[in-house]
Amino acid sequence: MAGEASKTLPLDDIHKQAGARFGDFAGWSMPLTYPAGVMKEHLHTRAHAGLFDISHMKLFAVSGPGAVGLLNRACPLDAAALEPTQSKYTFFLNEAGGIIDDLIVTRLGPDRYMVVANAGNAAADEANLRSVGKDFEATIEPLDRVFLAIQGPEAAEVLEKAGIATDALTFMHGTEPRQDWFMSRSGYTGEDGFEIALPESDARDLVPKLLADERVMWIGLAARDSLRLEAGLCLHGLDITPDIDPATAGLMWSIPKGLRAEGEFVGAEALRSILAKGAQDKRVGLKPEGRQPVRAGTLLTDGDGRPAGRVTSGGFGPSAGHPVAMGYVAAALARPDATFFAEVRGTRIPVGIHSLPFTPHRYRKG
Amino acid sequence: MATTYFTEDHEWIRVEGGVATVGITDYAQEQLGDLVFVELPEAGRKVKKGDVAVVVESVKAASDVYAPADGEVTEANGALGSDPALVNSSAAGEGWLWKMKLEDESQLSGLMDEAGYKAHIG
Repeated sequence: MAGEASKTLPLDDIHKQAGARFGDFAGWSMPLTYPAGVMKEHLHTRAHAGLFDISHMKLFAVSGPGAVGLLNRACPLDAAALEPTQSKYTFFLNEAGGIIDDLIVTRLGPDRYMVVANAGNAAADEANLRSVGKDFEATIEPLDRVFLAIQGPEAAEVLEKAGIATDALTFMHGTEPRQDWFMSRSGYTGEDGFEIALPESDARDLVPKLLADERVMWIGLAARDSLRLEAGLCLHGLDITPDIDPATAGLMWSIPKGLRAEGEFVGAEALRSILAKGAQDKRVGLKPEGRQPVRAGTLLTDGDGRPAGRVTSGGFGPSAGHPVAMGYVAAALARPDATFFAEVRGTRIPVGIHSLPFTPHRYRKG
Repeated sequence: MATTYFTEDHEWIRVEGGVATVGITDYAQEQLGDLVFVELPEAGRKVKKGDVAVVVESVKAASDVYAPADGEVTEANGALGSDPALVNSSAAGEGWLWKMKLEDESQLSGLMDEAGYKAHIG
């Protein structure tokens, strides 16, 4: 995105008034932190309710008699098996089985689905959907919405108080509760929470109501990253990329068994061959010893100094109270008691494998 | 009588009797956000002007702090080992980073005073 002017969020003025510090992410000028700072924002979300502006993310409504066929081809997904309102974590894969993007697909009606995709891949995703979609009778509609996430143990009560019913939704379900709204019980923090896409005018009504509740504060992208890393959730572009397949990434739980064997989604053949051979590397949680964070891109060696893996996300976990990271190590070395070493500015830091997530998920599964 | 200088890289240097105490400014700690780790130099380390003397790590990123002049580190602020957030709460005081014996105090002569620094950050 170098040289391109970054896009501003529809609620940019509200974030400026809130004192946000901005930074560029995926072509957008995004609030990184608010005056409370990343540490307080992170801990507030785990204790109360954090409000995030995620309008940089992209929504596509896919509808029509060919919607199921299109999604079954574009994603390793059994779209027809989804109950109405049910959401599923899935991907767009390339022919080599690499992850073009990770997505959440929600069934909204017999022939209507919502696809929520990452900001940085919005253009590639739309091109991919339209290319696969040529063979299907389906409409692909990119939506321009304000997209808010409210996350944390008090998120549901906060929404109820603001007049938004949450009872009908359990974790990984979504609906269209009002004209041009899409709301799901999901998120990127490991906490209970909701994501609400809505027209800008509605958002300008809702946001002050939410912020008037003392349990709510704005949370920037910096805390969004530390929250998702503690929750063991992948960030596309770092932890998963078009060069990494779902088997290597340890995300095969998202692909139904029948589809692994028989599915005709893009990338199916490549993925079957990877599964037959066994993935060479494995994604693992990593815990550096001591206080010093080990950042994305750091190489890992074994006890004899031989290359053993690499860190793809790394930082400090405010709730965990220690540095947290994830990355890839050779599958043969991915044992719970393995110790690796990261060299950071001349210091050799021992790094152990840690089960994911670092902080327990607290989803409301009904 | 101590003299305090400021650099364009948002460090402050307080000099007394040929020994400089170095830290980052309140403006800098605000930009960096909550610090979680500070990598400090060993006493006795010789540094040249512009060398990376300290690395401060926030939740999100690592940033270098440069030696403002040639000299020898005499002491690092050990309190930051257990409480790196001292830099956030007291950048100009308890959150100092290191002390160094200056080889040539005149190397500091081009730096800003407090009024100049305030104008610099606007």
